[in-house]
Amino acid sequence: MSIVTRGFRGRREGADDRLPPGQYLTHDFPVLSAGPTPVVSRDEWTFTVRSEGGERRTWSWAELTALPVEEVTVDIHCVTRWSRLDTVWRGVSLDALLEDVESAADFALVHSHGGYTTNLPLEDLLDGQAWIAFEHDGDDLSPEHGGPARLLVPHLYFWKSAKWVSGIDLLVQDEPGFWEQLGYHDYGDPWREQRYQGD
Amino acid sequence: MAGATYDGNLLAGPLAEVFAAEVTVAHARCAGCGRDSVVAELAVYGPDPGLVARCPGCSDVLLRLVRTPDATWLDLRGTAALRLPT
Ligand SMILES: [Zn+2]
Repeated sequence: MSIVTRGFRGRREGADDRLPPGQYLTHDFPVLSAGPTPVVSRDEWTFTVRSEGGERRTWSWAELTALPVEEVTVDIHCVTRWSRLDTVWRGVSLDALLEDVESAADFALVHSHGGYTTNLPLEDLLDGQAWIAFEHDGDDLSPEHGGPARLLVPHLYFWKSAKWVSGIDLLVQDEPGFWEQLGYHDYGDPWREQRYQGD
Repeated sequence: MAGATYDGNLLAGPLAEVFAAEVTVAHARCAGCGRDSVVAELAVYGPDPGLVARCPGCSDVLLRLVRTPDATWLDLRGTAALRLPT
């Protein structure tokens, strides 16, 4: 298993510079849930990418963890206004998963065990911006935080970082996810405070 | 249902703004499994980023409610019918 360390530690000034507008700093890791915590073992876990043409590519847990594993240190920002700085994760970059998938899609709809979905532009999953993460702060990702594996897209509000991720549909047209259907923003940039539609 | 933060009584205030009737005594029929539940018995998660009420039988979502600064969003696609006693 190769290990690449890639950090986002560019700015090391005071925490204030790293807090997007309207956010406060917390050292806890609050749990927000929209349903019961799905119980998914690593043995039965799979991750499936479906292209707009219907082509499917599925990875087992063993296949996922055989890909290059990266350790990243990132700040995360929840739309409910808490932010955590310098959170440490290990996982596989979406670049590694999507490099063999033929697609001209512009959008992605992320699916989770338990039925959760969230949408974002495909380009926000590429170029070292997103991971399938399975370790947090040195431990296996706990079920309440999305284990066995969650999406990690730290540059967008954390509801885009879907817990219990099971797959991604690549789409020509944007399709709103679970919260985006109910007034939350399709993109969700914390630095532009894009919490709700129209922000 | 394990892990539900609240029961359906938490919906009383927010839903009062939408429905004039007392909705926690209404019956909701699950579009997934057909189970009839009193709204007050639903398993409710939230309150943030929004309220999610699930069927005690099959855990499907019956109702979602989000309050943004300028709107209240109510999604009932998982509710086949809502029966309000008169
Ligand atoms: Zn049901």
